[in-house]
Amino acid sequence: MAVLTRVIPCLDVAGGRVVKGVRFQGLRDAGDPVELATRYAEQGADELTFLDVTATVDERATTYEVVTRTAEQVFIPLTVGGGVRSTDDVARLLACGADKVGVNSAAIARPALLDEIADRFGAQVLVLSLDITRDPGTPSGFVVTTHGGRERTGRDALGWAREATQRGAGELLVNSIDADGTREGFDLELVAAVRELSTVPVIASGGAGRVEHFAPAVAAGADAVLAASVFHNGELTVGDVKSALAAERIEVRW
Amino acid sequence: MAAPVVAVLDYGSGNVHSAVKALERAGAEVRLTADRALIHRADGLLVPGVGAFSAVMAALETVRGSEIVDRRLAGGRPVLGICVGMQILFDVGRERGVDSKGLGQWPGVVEQLPADVLPHMGWDTVRSDAGSVLFDGIADERFYFVHSYAAQQWTLPRDDRRRPPALTWSEHGAPFLAAVENGPLSATQFHPEKSGAAGIRLLRNWLGSL
Repeated sequence: MAVLTRVIPCLDVAGGRVVKGVRFQGLRDAGDPVELATRYAEQGADELTFLDVTATVDERATTYEVVTRTAEQVFIPLTVGGGVRSTDDVARLLACGADKVGVNSAAIARPALLDEIADRFGAQVLVLSLDITRDPGTPSGFVVTTHGGRERTGRDALGWAREATQRGAGELLVNSIDADGTREGFDLELVAAVRELSTVPVIASGGAGRVEHFAPAVAAGADAVLAASVFHNGELTVGDVKSALAAERIEVRW
Repeated sequence: MAAPVVAVLDYGSGNVHSAVKALERAGAEVRLTADRALIHRADGLLVPGVGAFSAVMAALETVRGSEIVDRRLAGGRPVLGICVGMQILFDVGRERGVDSKGLGQWPGVVEQLPADVLPHMGWDTVRSDAGSVLFDGIADERFYFVHSYAAQQWTLPRDDRRRPPALTWSEHGAPFLAAVENGPLSATQFHPEKSGAAGIRLLRNWLGSL
């Protein structure tokens, strides 16, 4: 008896719509978030992740509304990330029906934010979202980026993952900026490196393009696999991914 | 038959929204409230809970949650605790080496699971008790857990005059109680409101017992 590998569709939302870009650029419309969330839940999604990629306060309000409507209709865990800067932001998202909140740039700017969130709400709500790229200038060869990969922080990715876990992150969302949008598969070395040091669950993200890309990420140590465009484009269903995992003797929920 | 009325205890716990909506989906008429008269009249009381044991206990006391639960149970009126809302039903919660007093409805200590990866997060199986009402028809389903602490033993002495409690176990590093059904007091360590169709069915099973 072991906890099952989770398959998590990720919906990038902006202005109340799902959008998807390649390497975070060239956003295009990919549908209604609540409709997609419901469809993925029916397909057997184990969780859903919304990433708010909006830039303005006005658009942020539409995200709260989308989270609320989704949580009223979809009874699986919902993580919301993007633009979370304070414990009050977390409180507001939880009140809308989010179960977990993803924190990224704000924690890099002020790591104590992680302690504050974990102390107030518990580690189980706190997902540290890591946008990582390869960089020979860091000890591990991986560096943390911000602004969707456009800015390198100089911070060693594995060192930051370890620190964030100690501060109270309850899960690590490991997104490879190099692989994101390429559709050539997850960065397996990165997943394995984070799994090696992490005492909390690890979600592999970035690069899924074909159904056979998922099982290797689990073999590399991912507790969950996350993808966006392959689901939004209708190329794969959550069930397709689960079948592929099951074929590799990875236990999934049906 | 009129829909059963369920009070969801409103004491500032995070994300009660989903519990309310899931109960409605399961067929309940739901009141999110801390009003004692309303709660006592309701057919069922749901006690949600997320976060630290001690923080949940402190928040519960602001609405005199201990008295509310005591009073309902004294009248044999059903109560369902979820996640930390289950944990606080035990005597003691031990988090980061600090003991906090729980409601003490059941003996025992809620402790960290001895697992390499925590929290225990995701969908897991359970071994339900043959006498379980909650798991009727869904014993082989999987449920969504997210927790690092759990009651890992059941130490309530057997009482031959009463129906024995239905104990449902799961495992993460060690066996732990995934659910307890003990007379009017039931609890689940997982989140039925986040466990998809199986979770809705469990809530419907509970509503059917009210």
